[in-house]
Amino acid sequence: MSEKTIERPTTDEAALAKELEAEEKAAARQASLLKDGWADLRKRPLFILSALVIVCLLALAIAPSLFTARSPFSDGFCQLQNSMNGPSSGHLFGFDVQGCDIYTRTVYGTRNSIVVGVVTTIATTLIGGLLGMLAGLIGGWVDMLLSRITEVFSALPIIIGGLLIMSIWRTGDVWTVSFIMAILGWPQVFRIMRGEVISNKYNDYVMAARALGADSWRIAFRHILPNTLAPVIVITTMNLGVYISAEAALSYLGIGIQSPNISWGLMISDAQDRFLTSPHALLFPAGALSLTVLAFIMLGDVVRDAFDPKMR
Amino acid sequence: MTIIDPTDAVPAPRSGDGDKTSPLLEVRDLHVEFKTREGVVRAVNGVNYSVDSGETLAVLGESGSGKSVTAQAIMGILDMPPASIPKGEIRFFGQDMLKMSGEERRKLRGARIAMIFQDALSSLNPVLSVGFQLGEMFRVHQGLSRKQAKAKAIELMDRVKIPAAAARVNDYPHQFSGGMRQRIMIAMALALEPDLIIADEPTTALDVTVQAQVMDLLAELQREYRMGLILITHDLGVVADVADKIAVMYAGRIVETAPVHELYKRPAHPYTRGLLDSIPRLDLKGQDLYAIKGLPPNLLKVPSGCAFNPRCEKAQDICRTDLPPLVPVTERDGTELPGRASACHFWKETIHG
Amino acid sequence: MGRYVVRRLLQVIPVVIGVTFIIFCLVFALPGDPIQALAGDKRADPNIAAILRDHYHLNEPLYQQYWHYISGVFTGDLGETYNGRAISDIVSERFPVTLKLGLTAFAIEAVIGIVAGLFSALRKGKFIDNVVLVSTLVLISIPVFVLGSVLQLEFGVNLKITPVAGIERGWPQSYILPAIVLASTSMAYIARLVRTSMTESIRADYVRTAIAKGLPQRRVIGLHALRNSLIPVVTFLGFDLGALMGGAIITERVFNMPGIGGQLAQSVYLRERPVVVGLVTLLVLIYLVANLVVDLMYAVLDPRIRYE
Repeated sequence: MSEKTIERPTTDEAALAKELEAEEKAAARQASLLKDGWADLRKRPLFILSALVIVCLLALAIAPSLFTARSPFSDGFCQLQNSMNGPSSGHLFGFDVQGCDIYTRTVYGTRNSIVVGVVTTIATTLIGGLLGMLAGLIGGWVDMLLSRITEVFSALPIIIGGLLIMSIWRTGDVWTVSFIMAILGWPQVFRIMRGEVISNKYNDYVMAARALGADSWRIAFRHILPNTLAPVIVITTMNLGVYISAEAALSYLGIGIQSPNISWGLMISDAQDRFLTSPHALLFPAGALSLTVLAFIMLGDVVRDAFDPKMR
Repeated sequence: MTIIDPTDAVPAPRSGDGDKTSPLLEVRDLHVEFKTREGVVRAVNGVNYSVDSGETLAVLGESGSGKSVTAQAIMGILDMPPASIPKGEIRFFGQDMLKMSGEERRKLRGARIAMIFQDALSSLNPVLSVGFQLGEMFRVHQGLSRKQAKAKAIELMDRVKIPAAAARVNDYPHQFSGGMRQRIMIAMALALEPDLIIADEPTTALDVTVQAQVMDLLAELQREYRMGLILITHDLGVVADVADKIAVMYAGRIVETAPVHELYKRPAHPYTRGLLDSIPRLDLKGQDLYAIKGLPPNLLKVPSGCAFNPRCEKAQDICRTDLPPLVPVTERDGTELPGRASACHFWKETIHG
Repeated sequence: MGRYVVRRLLQVIPVVIGVTFIIFCLVFALPGDPIQALAGDKRADPNIAAILRDHYHLNEPLYQQYWHYISGVFTGDLGETYNGRAISDIVSERFPVTLKLGLTAFAIEAVIGIVAGLFSALRKGKFIDNVVLVSTLVLISIPVFVLGSVLQLEFGVNLKITPVAGIERGWPQSYILPAIVLASTSMAYIARLVRTSMTESIRADYVRTAIAKGLPQRRVIGLHALRNSLIPVVTFLGFDLGALMGGAIITERVFNMPGIGGQLAQSVYLRERPVVVGLVTLLVLIYLVANLVVDLMYAVLDPRIRYE
């Protein structure tokens, strides 16, 4: 008995040392993955290109008044006699059906697109990430229940679900649209997070930490979660473009952002009827939208190439 | 009814009745390089060896020694690029395969030269039944019908002693045990009774008990069909019972060749000696196990002189500057030892000292 | 295999119940008076409103309303419009258009996507690979309704190759351009998916084995490598059906096609709640059934799933 009491501290110390070492290794592995990813990313021309475009878009979103002398909310901004007039000096993009200057409206539309994209992405990452983490970590009936709920929600594709919800709530501001897309979009992040947590749970170093008696929360936060970071970063970046595009689609169908809020999707929808005779009213906001989505999709693409360890 | 034998296109004789002077397979001064982002990796640097019908050559070496790359070059399954063969010959019945067209080589593959891979689970296609994968050999090379091919597949599975072959022919690889899967790999290699089989670490992935069974089966079938066998391994234990002669590879070169029992008794290269000393032995129970110090060389930066010099206990200055050629090994009195050669400046000290 | 099918079928049931319940809750349980909504800004006639309420079970407790709804769904009765027209009528009239559009798009995205991805993977880093990479990036970025409008202007109005809108010319003339537009995004994703998975499988051990067996290149790539690469594509196609249906709603609007999507968009606009619910329920059920089919196909393609 006395022998045991003498021996125990030493084994504990050894175990602790080993555990620390395992943790350091795991942390270092993760840090190097992210660092390598970042180093790789900075060297890619596509990353620099998309980052530049996104910085410009952010500037437009934050301070649209710097880019145009007019304000779409001022009196007399729209003059019906200008309706559908083509581009002219001082009105580079021409006028829409109401006789509003398309350039100004396009500039002011940036903010809503970016806000919806960012808010929806953050919300889906939080909801899906949190629930996926819980399902993966706890397992058992919690996992079972959450997975079934996810299945139910993923049975509602974003446009169809959006149609349904927006047919009832027609507030049409940025926040409602983001909220609805988040409600319909989180299952994707859930599945990725849950899968990552489960596969990491059975990794050798996690097993080792567990065998050494590290408690579950410590394992979760020190070992499992850091390793799910790269895939979540990848999917988050990729989603930015997807959600901006989805917002425009909903607005185009008349169930997203509603007038008087400005949305590229809505502008395109309004220009649709006269598109075949005067395409400029559609093409300029459409170009802005496509460029924005392209920038974010491109960013998502290079981020995936840089951070996805499977691609290395 | 005549079935046109697609192997007719290849002029080499099928069994001993042709060019008696040239061995079944002869590798001459083979070089293989890989272009990578970090630079050119010289994986194989002038390898020579030969195998005859009914003979077993064991190629021994650590991972990265070039033993598998040589085998893949013989099979013609290297990815080119990034790999390239700047120099060398691979003669099959006296004909240089490196000069053949892609189509000619393809017809040799599987039919005349077959390969058994290390990990049968990943080497068998997971989504096709084993019967299909076995039968494919007959369908592609001999033009048999689906039905005939299946009958042949069952026959083969019986041949490699898979129980209830007829019932299991439609099963998928993941439904078999590791040993059974490796038997299927062997059956696939044997299907068309090739002249040469290359087995790349055929038992490494298996349990020890199963290893012996699979090795015995392979040796038995080889004797029966009088095939040449190249056995690639890092495990000296596997080699002893099966091989006729051994070639030891290090950093893309052959450092020692010898008939199998001679090598065990009197190695002529410090690397071989190190390998032998690191086998656990019952008579030395209780002592610390010997291990060659250091790591296998980085093929991007192979040490100058003898590649083994940083890890060698006998290394002198000359080992760091001059590359030792592979020279014949003799007795103290100069009597030739047939089949023996060593690439060490101090082979005399090593074998006789 | 039999057990897998049964298990998969059993798993669908709770999802169907769950999703119909959500649809029901969203639409019927939320505050707001649908009858008043029907009347729009005018004051609804109380007598008529009472009759309508009774007819649509609006006075009964929620769970009974849900029961009416779900039992209707399972007997093929999707309800009726507030004007008394059966929704199943609308469906049988409009569904063929959407079905033709959807299947055509599905075929286009699968064939072109797989072929493009295959070429890209086999010529990795070469010209064709870069063409595929850039064009898929562009296709993914351009929203369906923008691409639709531009192609409509170019091919329909300027070049006059295809009809501008509508379905008067029937299949395939009237459907081909909308189907290409509808397929575009998914086609790009499939091409990239095939490229990635094909790159992985050509490096796989079993492909090396296939080469070592002396199989011709065609067979090595087309059978051994491609068969494995298609497994993730099948999974994607399942998920993608939802996007395809959403896209159909947009495409039908751009090309003015009288399909389910056009009807749905119109009903949302006109606030015909029962039609919206009926059609959404239908689309969701189609989505679930299609996913089931995809899962069963998945099991056919990958024996490892069957014997889990």
